[in-house]
Amino acid sequence: MTELKDLEITYDKPNWCPGCGDFGVWVSLKNAIVSLQLNPWEVVLVSGIGCSSKLPYWVKTYGFNGLHGRPMPIAEGIRLANSGLTVIVIGGDGDQYGEGANHLLHAARRNINLTLIVHNNQIYGLTTGQFSPTTDIGEKNKATPVPTVEAPVNPMSYSLAAGATFVARGFAGDNKQETQLVMEGIKHKGFSIIDTMQPCVTFNHKNTFSWFYERVYKVEDNGHDTSDKAQAYLIAEEWPLKRALMDGEKEKIATGILYKEERPTWEDGTPQISSMPLVKQSFGNRDITPLLEELL
Amino acid sequence: MTDIQWLIGGEAGYGIMTIGVMMSKIFTRLGLSVFDYVEYPSLIRGGHNAYYVRGASEQIFSQKKSVDILVALNRETIDKHKQELSDGAAIIYDDQLIKVDPAEFALGTVLIPVPFAGIIKQINVDRLMINTVAVGASLGLIHDDFNVLEKIMQDVFSKKGEEVVIENINAAKSGFEYVQKNSFGKFKRIIEKNILQTQKNILIGGGESVALGAIQSGVNFSAIYPMTPVNGVMMTLIAQSLKYGIVAKEPEDEIAGINMAIGASFAGARSMVATSGGGFSLMVESVGLAAQTETPLVIVEGMRPGPATGMPTWTGQGDLRFVLHAGQDDFPRVVIAPGDMLEAFNMSMNAFNIADICQLPVILVVDKYLMEGHATVPFDKISSLAKNFVIKRGKIISDEDVALSTDYKRYSLVDDGISPRSIPGQKGGIALSGSDEHDERGLYNEEAEVRIKMMNKRFKKLESLELGFSPVDSYGLADASLTIVGFGSTKMPTLEAMNWLAKENISVNFLKINCLAPFPVDAVISAIGKSGKTLIIEGNKTGQLEGLIREYTGLTMSHNFRKYDGRPFYPEEIIARIKEVL
Ligand SMILES: Cc1ncc(C[n+]2csc(CCOP(=O)(O)OP(=O)(O)O)c2C)c(N)n1
Ligand code: SF4
Repeated sequence: MTELKDLEITYDKPNWCPGCGDFGVWVSLKNAIVSLQLNPWEVVLVSGIGCSSKLPYWVKTYGFNGLHGRPMPIAEGIRLANSGLTVIVIGGDGDQYGEGANHLLHAARRNINLTLIVHNNQIYGLTTGQFSPTTDIGEKNKATPVPTVEAPVNPMSYSLAAGATFVARGFAGDNKQETQLVMEGIKHKGFSIIDTMQPCVTFNHKNTFSWFYERVYKVEDNGHDTSDKAQAYLIAEEWPLKRALMDGEKEKIATGILYKEERPTWEDGTPQISSMPLVKQSFGNRDITPLLEELL
Repeated sequence: MTDIQWLIGGEAGYGIMTIGVMMSKIFTRLGLSVFDYVEYPSLIRGGHNAYYVRGASEQIFSQKKSVDILVALNRETIDKHKQELSDGAAIIYDDQLIKVDPAEFALGTVLIPVPFAGIIKQINVDRLMINTVAVGASLGLIHDDFNVLEKIMQDVFSKKGEEVVIENINAAKSGFEYVQKNSFGKFKRIIEKNILQTQKNILIGGGESVALGAIQSGVNFSAIYPMTPVNGVMMTLIAQSLKYGIVAKEPEDEIAGINMAIGASFAGARSMVATSGGGFSLMVESVGLAAQTETPLVIVEGMRPGPATGMPTWTGQGDLRFVLHAGQDDFPRVVIAPGDMLEAFNMSMNAFNIADICQLPVILVVDKYLMEGHATVPFDKISSLAKNFVIKRGKIISDEDVALSTDYKRYSLVDDGISPRSIPGQKGGIALSGSDEHDERGLYNEEAEVRIKMMNKRFKKLESLELGFSPVDSYGLADASLTIVGFGSTKMPTLEAMNWLAKENISVNFLKINCLAPFPVDAVISAIGKSGKTLIIEGNKTGQLEGLIREYTGLTMSHNFRKYDGRPFYPEEIIARIKEVL
């Protein structure tokens, strides 16, 4: 029986800024692990570098805190070596849509069975507030003295195009929904991405909690069919906008599961691990004599 | 003594690689000691390919300069290589396609015209099979029994079906018979069957040697992005992946590759990557990640000339300093350099034990010359190395022990610096491995005291390093008047040169440095500290090994021989340099 207290570490606590959206993701992730009754020792949280990527330090499961942008291939390696583990990747928008965007593309098309939670604060938090790949067009901050004309990455469209089989958006201001999305993502057999809008209260003074509250809606409230990829694309394209806003215009930000499909996973396509996880198989005891004989 | 170097030259795209190895196989099955070396540009079609195969009735270690049989598939081959012909050499060529004038060549050169194109037409097979006719013709010149090649064709092509086998045998046989009938005996060096019947040899490539070593060592995960010259490692692992239960993936890039390998190793697999300098450049940050998280990892770095794309299909030893220093700040790593096929196999096997025992990255630094060449190795020798090898996985905690622990610490400060390692999935072993500096639990920590302890702990691990082979090897008599020093593949032409010199009663000895990091200071000092003259041989511009030796031992070499033209060292060149120096 896994309880919340089993996931708590006693020797440290999160050092995010008070009010940071990362807390919401942290709480939701733990809730999801408990609700799904996963054994903490069979869960691995893999992260990159950034404020958000510190999360694995504060959950008592196995963890690997790798390099900026590179948690995805670490996680893929873990899954291929031990397909019995639940592997969850944690990264910021810089980590996943900047430095690591290529890995995300390939993990999605391979449909490796893991869950990616992106803490999308539209800013580089840890390096003190430079613009990120998801910073809104027209924004100006200390790293962009003139308003940026770089259109933001659209994580939903990008993931859909890459072939992700579970594409969702959450919001750190709605733990109930976020918990549900993380649970669904973990249960999904294949690659799942949950892009989570996570206000950075210290450096992002535009995309705040209240800004999001005024704009988010739930796709299921509109009766969205999650198997309809064309519709998913239309919803995905609602936001972020690839242009500056017109006067009085307000964005519509969809949350919930945009798209879901079943497709063979990378693990399914790896016969070496079809009957048993790699690390559980007998090790060594190999005879290469036949290979040497072929060379005679 | 029989000592024949055969060379086939032609345009890229004509299957010269395949046919070169086949010739090596013929020599091997005839009982000769064999070495082969191929030169080709980084193109799929066009450009000049040259495959050198040397076979001898005594043990040989490398290619040589002079060519005894030249198979010219085009005129360019003759122009490019006629200077290399030895006295009494034979040239096999299609006189319908290529015009040659006997006056172009030294007296005694034997011209062996074979109508390749005519034969192809007559037996009605694809033009691409010209090289098969050529290999048959080559055999027809030096040996009177086709059987050996027929058997090889069956072994090599049987997987492709009976039709392919028969077609190839026919083509080769036509070439063989043509030469037997028209030219046998013109070339004076005939190979009698099984001159060297004493031992059973295998013919193995450097890339295969590394891969087979890894397989014997239990590797079960690799993530390799293709790059010359390590494609042989990659393709051998993939070819054996289903049979031996190896998850061998092709990642999107080298950064992904090394991180996948680290992830798999963290989860308990035995994992590796292989690349060349360009790919290794991408991996660099993650080499430090493996060191910092104390995750075992084997990296094969196949050197070729740089910088940037450089000369992709040529050889060199210019990445030594790079692999020794790659990564920010200091961290422990082991860098080892095999010098021939058997060492490549042995060091590859041992690299995995070292990585697991010391929980750190091990770099096997090789080069194109070693990776893409083939040589004969006694079957018994390699097979007994394999059989006597013991896999050691180091301090992985057992499920029982870890289940009992109440406060497991992944980076516990133990005497030898090597903390018992838990594996995800083990109850009681929950821990985080992080790239930040951390305390014993793995929790990020930037206190000065913790930092110093952890830095020292990581380096401490090297004190219990057991390579499984000697960090240096000495060849030749201790009291020789000159000591040659080198690392990696220069071993092969150096031993060859020493062999030739011995026949002239010139005695030199050779110190080969197997382990470049940690640097074997004492062993090097005791081997060359008292040498009168030293000649260091290395394949780079700035004397990377020479500087390294000076850095660690204070010893200066009296002479050096450096090459950075993309070509391997030749025994002839080494001998000439030795004679200059003596
Ligand atoms: C290779 C590399 N480049 C740059 C950095 C510096 N760096 C650390 S975190 C970060 C960006 C963090 O932004 P994000 O990934 O969005 O995470 P957040 O801090 O906002 O949660 C950068 C650029 C690094 N650690 N490694
Ligand atoms: S800087 Fe921003 S993202 Fe980082 S902890 Fe503070 S509020 Fe959170």
